[in-house]
Amino acid sequence: MIEGILLGLSAAFSPINILMVIGGCLIGTFIGMLPGLGPMSIIAIMIPIAITIGDPSAALILLAGVYYGAIFGGSTSSILINAPGVSATVATSFDGFPLASQGKAGKALTVAAIASFAGGTFGAILLMIFAPALVTVALLFHSAEYFALMVVGLSAIAAFAGSGQIAKALMMTLLGLIMATVGEGVLFNLPRFTMGIQDFQTGFGFITLAMAMFALPEAIFLVLDPKRSQKKGDSSGEIKGLRLTKREARLIAPVIGRQSIQGFLIGVLPGAGATISSFLGYAVERNIASKEEQKEFGKGSLKGLAAPECANNAAVTGSFVPLLTLGIPGSGTTAILLGALIALNVAPGPRLMIDNPSIFWAVIISMYLGNVVLLILNLPLIPYIAKVLSVPRNYLIPFILFFTLMGAYIGQNNATELIILTGMGVIATALRMAGYPLAPVLIGFILGSMLEDNFARSMQLYDGPAFIIERPMTLALLAIAVILIVLPSLRARRAEKASKDSSVD
Amino acid sequence: MGFDRYIALVFLVVCAIYGYTAFFTMDHGLAPIMQRNPIWPSTFPKVLSVLGILVSLWIVLGFEKSRSTAKVEIDYRRLTEYKLGQAILLLALMVAYALILRPVGFLISTTLFIVTAAAILGERKWILMFSIAILASAIVWYLVDGVLGVYMRPLPSMLL
Repeated sequence: MIEGILLGLSAAFSPINILMVIGGCLIGTFIGMLPGLGPMSIIAIMIPIAITIGDPSAALILLAGVYYGAIFGGSTSSILINAPGVSATVATSFDGFPLASQGKAGKALTVAAIASFAGGTFGAILLMIFAPALVTVALLFHSAEYFALMVVGLSAIAAFAGSGQIAKALMMTLLGLIMATVGEGVLFNLPRFTMGIQDFQTGFGFITLAMAMFALPEAIFLVLDPKRSQKKGDSSGEIKGLRLTKREARLIAPVIGRQSIQGFLIGVLPGAGATISSFLGYAVERNIASKEEQKEFGKGSLKGLAAPECANNAAVTGSFVPLLTLGIPGSGTTAILLGALIALNVAPGPRLMIDNPSIFWAVIISMYLGNVVLLILNLPLIPYIAKVLSVPRNYLIPFILFFTLMGAYIGQNNATELIILTGMGVIATALRMAGYPLAPVLIGFILGSMLEDNFARSMQLYDGPAFIIERPMTLALLAIAVILIVLPSLRARRAEKASKDSSVD
Repeated sequence: MGFDRYIALVFLVVCAIYGYTAFFTMDHGLAPIMQRNPIWPSTFPKVLSVLGILVSLWIVLGFEKSRSTAKVEIDYRRLTEYKLGQAILLLALMVAYALILRPVGFLISTTLFIVTAAAILGERKWILMFSIAILASAIVWYLVDGVLGVYMRPLPSMLL
């Protein structure tokens, strides 16, 4: 591990990678503040740029920087104007905005920055311990276990992402998997389901799909409902009084300790991620606080601000564990990162750490650096960066649309792709209005070819589907997948029945 | 019947066509030697189509209740009360941009795109809009063509 850390240090501190960290964090903070643009949209827009860099570690460092930078930036707009830029920072506004209204905006931003820094840094330490251990186990896996593991991952995502509506999430996962089979497949090099259309020969473009699933519906929603980007507070006021007292520091220290670990563990789970961990972190801290402190929650409690801020940053780091060790993304954002890795010809999976140790360690080390950048560069700059919040939507929306188009165009260098993008964007918007989660589509799409590949290899090895029964680990994993799907649906049905019975009485 | 169930119905039809292709038409061209392989190009799609049909039927038949109490971001039942016209115009503008990008060149089409989009949204400060749009398209063109090295024709094809 020491060897790895040294390797990571030398890679992460190369001038180009330092530039990537700083650039990624700044861009992420900047855009993360804008209400309506989530980390997924930003990363999707950044991908063509990252891919043209060519160096996988630099690209991943840049995108990871954008990711946690966006979460950091989102907390700033939550605190200052009560309009969370990203969903993971909604819980931040519960106590952050009341503090800002009391004239303590500077203090709130400092607490948020320190909590984010601590969460991110603790997360990176845990990642460094967890990931290599998991890789040692994962190296024992064969294609049959991989197939089963991906099925578990996809079912877990469906179980969590649908917030109770599992069939919908499942349907979206299948849509992604079906889209992945279009074009020349991994098997036999035969074109499939192209319907004779030339542009489908190579399959759907992953950047186009990412843009169509996240950036475009978000922009259309912004257009449809002007209230979405409206400011609820006043951002013109001076931000001062950034310092904390000793008593305040002592107050938030245990919160940060607990939430770093809890947030990280939730982040590791597929389908959970930063948003869930921030809400859970807030709820847990509120429940274990003393009676008097509980009254403070929601009215400007420093604890209530530190908890979600710390948890969401730790979760972001945690979500890198399955990505870097198993090559299985647990969230839409990490799915996009995985897609970027594949586009750069890096095979994801447990062999990543062995074949490309510099990528693995450089990304982890760059996270420490990134957190320092966020703390020392962004904190003093925040009053200036916050000016971005005053960009009028008449200018903002055209540029969001333009960057969405550019992303798809640079990725494929093909104008037809832009029409496909618009069409898929309309479909995605309709799906979102009907309450279908969209992240599973992208995750299914990205995992699709790997899933089929591993399935095919096991079928060939065992001359049929016998591998499911003959390999106990595969069978156990598939059983977990079934439980993940069936159990929550049963519980939902029982709850529904109970409420129906009580309404009859 | 809710909107979500109509969507599931569409998905059901898609899965049926997909499944029909996988089960009945795909394997005709398969070489005899490949037919002895335990896995065919159609095997995985067959599994997917069956699962897809089952899941979409589950939703179409209403086994999964859509929650009416949940807070919706945009209520599709009152779609006309939103700025629907603006959204449709902007989408049409995106298609138009895709069509004129190559023949007209990047700089002019992008400037027009940004200005028209802002105008659709209600902006009327024409001089400011044009200056921002021209500046932005020049910067982006330089970044994409010069720095990233992705070729984009800057001006109309007849001028180059």
